[in-house]
Amino acid sequence: MDRIPILRMGDVLLVTIQVDLHDQVAMQLQNDLTTQIQRVGAKGVLIDISALEMVDSFIGRLIADTSSMSKVLDAETVVVGMRPAVAITLVELGVAMPGVRTALNVEKGMALLARSRLED
Amino acid sequence: MDLHELFVADKAAIRAGWVQELQRSSGNLAGRVTQGELMKRADEMADLLVQALGSSNDQGMETVDFAVLDRFFDEFARDRVEQGFNSEETATFVFSLKRPLFQRIQERFSNDASQLAKLSWQATELVDRLGLRAVGAFQRMREAVIERQQHELLELSTPVVKLWKDVLALPIIGTLDSNRTQIMMETLLTRIAETEAAIAIIDITGVPTVDTLVAQHLIKTVTAIRLMGADCIISGVRPQIAQTIVHLGVDLGEVTTKANLADALALALKRTGVRTSDAGGSTN
Repeated sequence: MDRIPILRMGDVLLVTIQVDLHDQVAMQLQNDLTTQIQRVGAKGVLIDISALEMVDSFIGRLIADTSSMSKVLDAETVVVGMRPAVAITLVELGVAMPGVRTALNVEKGMALLARSRLED
Repeated sequence: MDLHELFVADKAAIRAGWVQELQRSSGNLAGRVTQGELMKRADEMADLLVQALGSSNDQGMETVDFAVLDRFFDEFARDRVEQGFNSEETATFVFSLKRPLFQRIQERFSNDASQLAKLSWQATELVDRLGLRAVGAFQRMREAVIERQQHELLELSTPVVKLWKDVLALPIIGTLDSNRTQIMMETLLTRIAETEAAIAIIDITGVPTVDTLVAQHLIKTVTAIRLMGADCIISGVRPQIAQTIVHLGVDLGEVTTKANLADALALALKRTGVRTSDAGGSTN
C-alpha cells in the first residue's frame, strides 16, 4: 500500500503528497504523522498539497483534523500550495478549515513557521 | 369561396387598404424606417401569406403551413430589433391587415350571412396567429440580443490587476450572481496561483447592492483565497452596504474590510513589508 513519506528538516516535518490521496492512505498518514511528531519532538509541520488535484469532504476534513492534532502536540502546521480548483471544491463542500494556517508555496510556508516560532 | 381565394381575387384591394392603414400608423416611425421599406415588407408578407394560405384546406386556420412566413418574420423581427421598435409597434404592422381584410369580406358577402360569419372568423383567426408569430419572433430576437450581451458582459467583467509586487486587485462592477462569482473566483484564484501574490484585494465599489447571497459569495471567495495561503481584503464598502450587511445579520467573520481601495492597498503594502512615506506621496 502507498505510504506518504514524512521528511525531517531540523525540528520541522515535511510531508509532500504526490499521489492521489485515498481514504486509507490519508488515515495512515494521520497516524504516521502524529506518531512522528511525538517521537522527534517536532515544532512545525508543513504539508505540501500542490500535487493534489482532487479532494472530497472526507479528505478535506482529514487535513483539517491532522492540522488540529499537530497543534495539540505543540507543532504548528501549515498547509501549502493548494490548487485553485481544490480550494473552490472545499469551499463549496463547506470545509472551510478554520484554524488551519496556509501558504502559497513551500518557501513561504517555511517562512511562516519560522516567524511563528520566533513569536513564541 | 375560402380565404385563400378571396386573397387571390382581391389581393390588390386588400394590399391597398393595408398600405393605407400602415401609412396612417406610420406617423410614429420616427425615421427609423422609410415608407418604401415598409411597403416592401408588406408586399413580401402578402405574397408569402397567399402562398401559405394555398397550402391549407377548408378546415380552418389549423392546417395553414406558416413555415414560409416564419422565415420572413425572423428577418423582419431582426430588423425591427435593430431599428429599436418595441413589440407593440411590431404587432401593429401585422394587425393593420385586419381592417382591410374585414372590409373586403363585408363588401363581398353583405347578403350571405353564413359566409360572412365563417370568413370573418377565419380572418380573425389568421390575423391573430400572424400577430402572435410576429411578436414571438420579435421576442426571440430580443432574447438573443440580451443573451449575447450577457455573455459579453461576463467576459468583460473579471479583470484581475496587479497593483504591486505580491498584491492583486479585482474591481467588481455590477451585480454579483452565482455565475459571475464562479468565474470571478476561478480567475482570481488562478492568478494568485500563477503570480504567488500574497494579498488579493476585492473592490466592491461598483457593486450596487449586497444581499445575503452576494455576501455569501464574497465569503466563499475569501475562504478559498485563504485556503490557498493568500490573504484577502475587501474594499470599497459603502455606508449603505455596511448597514445592509449588519441588518441582514451576515457574519463576515475574519474578513478584513476597508472603506476604499487606497486604505486596502496601504494595508496590503504594510503586510507585505513595503515601507511608504507620506512626504513624497509617490512610491516606486
